[in-house]
Formats: sequence, C-alpha cells, structure tokens
Amino acid sequence: MMVEIKEKIIEKMLLLIAFSSISILALIAIFIFGEGLPLIWKIGPKAFILGERWVPSQGSFGILPMIFGSFWVTLGALLLGIPLGLACAIFLCEWTPPWAAMVLRPTMQLLAAIPSVIYGFWGLIVLVPLVRNYLGGPGLSILSGSMILGFMVLPTIISISEDSLRALPPSFKAGGLALGATHWQTIWRVLIPAARSGIVASIILGMGRAIGETMAMIMILGNAVKMPSSFLDSARTLTTNIGIEMGYASGEHRQALFATGVILFFIIMILNSSAIILSRRRMG
Amino acid sequence: MTQSIAKILIWIAALSTIVVMVLILFQILREGLPILQLRFFLESPRSMGREGGILSTMIGTIALTVVAIIFATPLGVGTAIFLREYTRERKISRIIRFGTDCLAGVPSIIFGLFGFVFFVIHLNMGWSILSGGLTLAAMILPTIICTTEEAIKTIPYSYREVSYSLGGTKWQTVTHAILPNALPGIFTGIILSVGRSIGETAAVILTAGSSLVMPTSLFSPIRTMAVHFYILAREGISMEMAYGTGATLILLVLMINTIAQWLINRYIRHRT
Amino acid sequence: MLVNPKPLLWLLPLLVILSGVGCQRSRAGITVAGSTSVEPFAELLAEEYMIRYPQSHIYVQGGGSTAGIEAVRTHAAQIGMSSRSLTSEEKDLYAVTIAKDAIAIIVHPKNPLQNLPLEKVIEVFSGKIRNWKELGGNPHLIVLVTREEGSGTREAFQKLVMGKEEISLESLVQDSNGAIRQVVSGDPNAIGYISLGLVNEKVKALKISGVEPHLKNIVKGRYRLVRPFLFLFKGRPEGEANSFLEFVLSPEAQELLQKEGLVTIRP
Repeated sequence: MMVEIKEKIIEKMLLLIAFSSISILALIAIFIFGEGLPLIWKIGPKAFILGERWVPSQGSFGILPMIFGSFWVTLGALLLGIPLGLACAIFLCEWTPPWAAMVLRPTMQLLAAIPSVIYGFWGLIVLVPLVRNYLGGPGLSILSGSMILGFMVLPTIISISEDSLRALPPSFKAGGLALGATHWQTIWRVLIPAARSGIVASIILGMGRAIGETMAMIMILGNAVKMPSSFLDSARTLTTNIGIEMGYASGEHRQALFATGVILFFIIMILNSSAIILSRRRMG
Repeated sequence: MTQSIAKILIWIAALSTIVVMVLILFQILREGLPILQLRFFLESPRSMGREGGILSTMIGTIALTVVAIIFATPLGVGTAIFLREYTRERKISRIIRFGTDCLAGVPSIIFGLFGFVFFVIHLNMGWSILSGGLTLAAMILPTIICTTEEAIKTIPYSYREVSYSLGGTKWQTVTHAILPNALPGIFTGIILSVGRSIGETAAVILTAGSSLVMPTSLFSPIRTMAVHFYILAREGISMEMAYGTGATLILLVLMINTIAQWLINRYIRHRT
Repeated sequence: MLVNPKPLLWLLPLLVILSGVGCQRSRAGITVAGSTSVEPFAELLAEEYMIRYPQSHIYVQGGGSTAGIEAVRTHAAQIGMSSRSLTSEEKDLYAVTIAKDAIAIIVHPKNPLQNLPLEKVIEVFSGKIRNWKELGGNPHLIVLVTREEGSGTREAFQKLVMGKEEISLESLVQDSNGAIRQVVSGDPNAIGYISLGLVNEKVKALKISGVEPHLKNIVKGRYRLVRPFLFLFKGRPEGEANSFLEFVLSPEAQELLQKEGLVTIRP
C-alpha cells in the first residue's frame, strides 16, 4: 500500500517536472509581454510596427527598419546557406568517399559549436575590410552579416536535410537508377523532392536561428537605424536593436526594447511551430 | 554532363565549407596560441583587461555552467523519464514536446531579456552567478531532455521486462534498470550543454554582469570568457588578450565537442 | 546500483540556493554601477583601492549613466557613475565630480582634414554635409559613427555639440567608445567621437574651431567639449563608499586618472 502511494507521488512529481519546459516558456512570454505590451498599446501597434523612425530620446519607437533589417539579413543568409547546405547534405549522403566524410562531419559539428562572438570577430577583422575595400560602403553591412550568418546556419540545414535524405527508403534511389537516370538526376528529381518536407523544415529552423542571432550581428552590421536600401548598407535587426541599447535603456526606452522582443517572440514562435508541424508530418 | 557539373559544384561547396572553417580557426589560433602561457590562466585581468590573464573569467564561466547544469539536469532527466516511461497518453506528451521544441528555438537575447526582468529585477537577485546560471539552465533544458530521451530510447525493452518480472515497481525499474544505462546519454547532453554555455554571450551579459573581480558568492556578478572576449574585441583594449581569450574558447569548444562525439559513438556502439 | 541517485540530484539545487542565500548576507563590499565611459577608470581605481585595502570588495558594473542613477536610487548600487551632468529631476542625488573628460572628434589618420569649425561638425553629424569633398577632401561619402541611444557619451555629444540638431539616422552605431575607435581607425572615410582619453595613434583627433583637444586647452577652458565624470550617492557618502570616494579624490588616484587621459579636478 505504502509502495503504491509512493509510486503515485513520484508519478505526480515527475508530471510536474515534465511541465517545466512549458512553464518556463509561459514565464518568458508573460514577463516579456508584461514589459513590452503596454508600450505597444500606448503607441499603437500600427505606429510601432510600421513606424520608420527609432529615436528613443524623442519618444519615437518605430521598428520597421529593424524588421526590414532582419528580413534582408536572413534572406541573404539563406541565399548562401541553402545551396551550400543542401550541397553538403547531398555530399555527405550520396557522394562521399569515406575519408571526406570523416573530415566534413566533424567540421560541420565544429561549425555549430563555435561561439557566435568568434564568428563576429572574424567577420569584423577579415570580411568587413574586404567588403569595404572591394565592394564599397562602410563594410559593416548586410552583405557581411549575411555571409557570416549563412555559415552559422549551415550546420542546422545540413544535419536535418541529411537526416531527411537518409530516411528515404532505398527503393527510391534504386527505382530512379533502374529507370536509367543518372546519379545526379536521381538525386535532383527523385530524392530531394521526396525529402522535401524535411528540407523545408531544416530551412525554417535555419531561418529561426538566423533571425535570433545577436552578438555576431552587432559586431558586423553597423547598426544604423534607417531603412536599408542596398546590401552594402548598414542595418539593424530586431535582435541587435535589443542587444545594443538594452545596457543603457530605462523607462519607456526599455519597455520599447521589450516590445521589440515581443514582436521577435511572435515571429520565432510562428517559424518554430511551422517547422515542428512540418517535421511531425514527415515522421508520419 | 549535368552530372559532372553538379558533382564539381557539390565538391566545391563541401570544400569551401571546410576551408572557411579552417580560416576562422587558423586566424584566431595563430594569434592567440602564443599568448596561452601558464601565467595567462593563473592571473586575473588587470588594468581594464590590458594585463594579466583570464582567471576570474574562467572561474566565472565554470561557476555559471555548474549552476546551470545543477538546475537543468534534474528537470531535464525527470522530463525525459516521464515522457518515456510514465505516459502513453499522447496529448500530454505532445504538449510537453511542443513546449520543449519551442523553448529550444527561443533566441538567446530573449532569454537574456527574460532573465534580466525575472531574476535580476523581479526576484531581486541582481546581476549574479545565480541569475545567469538559472537563465542558462532554461536555455540548456531542451538539450538535456532530448539527449536523455534518446539514451532511454536505446535501452532494450527486455531490461524493463526483467525488472518487472523480478517484482520491481515502476520507479525501481527506472532507478535500477533505466537510469544507470542512460547515464552516458545524460552525460553527453550535459557535455553538449557545457559547450553551449561556454559560448553564450547575449543572455549572460544581461544577467550575470561583467565584473572582472573574482566572485565571492553566488550573488556576485561575473564576467565569463565569452563576454570578456566580446568586450576586449569591441573596445580594442588589448587585441593580444582578445586573441588569447578567443583561442582558449576555441580550444575548449574543440575539446568538449570531441569528448561529446566520442561519447555518442561509444554508447551507440555499446547498444548495437 | 545500491544507492538511489535521484533524490540526491534534487537536493543539489536546494543546496545551491541555500548556500547562495547564506552568502548573500555575508556579501560585503560595494557596487559601483553606471556609465560605461567611467567604468574602465572606476575599475582601475577599484583595483588600486583593493590592493591598498585587501579586505574590501568593489564591484564595478556598466549599464549606462541613466541606469547608474536608477541603481543608486534603488540601493542596487552604493555608488552611481555618470558621464553627463544631472538633469533637474535627478538633482536629489549627491554628486561628486571625480574627473573631467573631453570628447574628441576623430578621423582616420590618413584623412587630410586637420580642423573643423564647430558649425561644420554639426552639419556633418546631422547629415547636411554628406561628402568629404565639401570639406576639401577626396570625393567620398562620409561615414558617420556614433554611440547608441542612452549612452552618456552620446548624450554629452548631443548636448555639447549638436544642440537642437538631430544626429543623422544614417550613422553607424557602435556600443562602446573603443568600438567607434576601431571603426574609424579602419575606414578612411569615417568620422566619430570618443573620449579624449581613448585617442591613440590609430586615430586622429581634430582641432575644433582651431582649438586642439589638449590638456592645456581644456584646463584653460578653450576646448569646450568637456563633460564631468560623476560619482553619485543617495544622501551623503558613508562607510566603504566614502572611503573609496576619498581615495578617488586623492592626489595619487587623480594622477592615475591623468595618466589614462582624463582631466583631473585639481589643475
């Protein structure tokens, strides 16, 4: 009897513990929204999201330049990361001599493990001067940021895409080759479309990581607060907006930064949920 | 024809990924390795970080990571046990998994904001090892849950059968048959989390502060190595020290990654 | 396994919290928080102070002038640091000037410009003048670099230089003086402002309206872009905080600050 009661208690305790991740998520939402929503309400969501001027000292809190900044930097990162990532995934899956896999796989894991501040630093020292001297502009630009960010999301895209490709039944590949297609044609027309949902999930997750990156972007993007008009322009993302001004902000300014966090939170939740739903569908 | 072009392009892609990685590592290690003498690790930063070493930042990093792991491991392992052993009900496990997956996707700056407003201000812990550690714990929780679950998954059902047939209760089965065999997986999760915590900057600056002084209690503010590197590199205080700190970070991460990989290989081989 | 590991695992967090709470009460020392411009100098002084008095603990924290003011009001810090003078609402705090800091307008060493009248500085930073050729230099777009909103240095620059004019929204923004120096030292077309104490051979400080940003000009009052570094207290300083303050105002500490490029309060 005692044993049964003890078992029941343990089960209930574990249930509570298991809800910790949901509870933390809820706490995060509650506190961030609690600090940020009042400001959005006060200014008006439209003025906040569509406003083009961010001048806290004058009480102007429009985050449109940052939304555009996040958008362009992420787009650039994906333009680099998707082809490169898919290529590496295909390479690892189909074409690799064992020695190459032994080099590429650890490389990939290392890419994922390196702290973002190191990426930012390298970008600052090597990439930014290159862009400035050969392409123009201040060097601290969307282009530089996208390039570094592209490399930072590579591991995500590669590993999930590779998993999806590997999970395909071998009959797909055998069937394609049996029909007379070349290796490449089989990959391009049979395997990749079949692994489509996994690949898309990897891209969405990569997008989420790209949008969420802060430190490296503060170092490389230049953080100008205007609407970007070219890839060589400096820009500011939603994350760097928070990161660069949070240290000093107080009062309304701080609330506005939390409000930026609210918008960011929404975007990330939507992205993440789509990725999760997509991969669930893939798992069947 | 397309095949050959495609093949070449793909090789180029794979090679360029490796090349860039090597370039990044090479740059930092080349400048930083010469700085890494014993003195570097045994002295704290002096004179705004221009002289001395990185001792206080190392202690800070260790303290922060330890606190994070102490809090995240019971929660993570408990969650994984619950998901794997205690529930068949799909709805509950789906909700929990959704929460965990979402938590894994939250950007570090949001964790930083949360940690700041919740631990530093609301709970009045101030900028401290505790605030930073608890925030980090929330960040690494999904990783611990995931790897523990994977570890438990690989344990053959026969282990449980034997335990039940011997008259064991569910909990006894967990503690005597499941957990001991899942330990390598749990360790892997911990080590991966350590790797991540070491590199974390945004959330740490907002919750643990940036004090260079050696901490005296859990409520002391500290500067971690990653934060120190960021500040040194940005302020241009001492490029030498920056490279040294960066090299240390890279070496640590390399080491941790290798250990984690070795663990993963070892316990997978163990099963099959 | 003979011993059940799980309960022990849960005991650990409790121990951590308990030890933390216990230590909280024994946490001596003072916190100095606020302007990141003052921060490195405060750190230096704290280091020297703790060498002289090994039992003391001084924690120096950044966060910005405004945050420092708030921190000292809420007792989160015993001393607040500010790199700008107090506004009228902030006058309830007790302020002590520990040093003066000049703001230097910097350009790349290769930039041919040597001198800029104050009115032109305003026009450059507000975006009215966009090209170096309007100032007699090579035809190239001017790259502005400024500090972020909320920074004491930026506020001081706004007050001392810009006045009513707004700093151009197109300017690059960096979150520390050192970072501004880094950008300007690497870009021949950049112009920015930093603490005079941070100027080194990698950048060139411009003469403003003919006056060179040199110590003697500052002391004589000819170079006007000067702001006070303040230590702030809630009420009169006492205890350890007072002890630290007295050290900071002492001749040896002031000499240290002067060596680092600040202007001392005792000429």
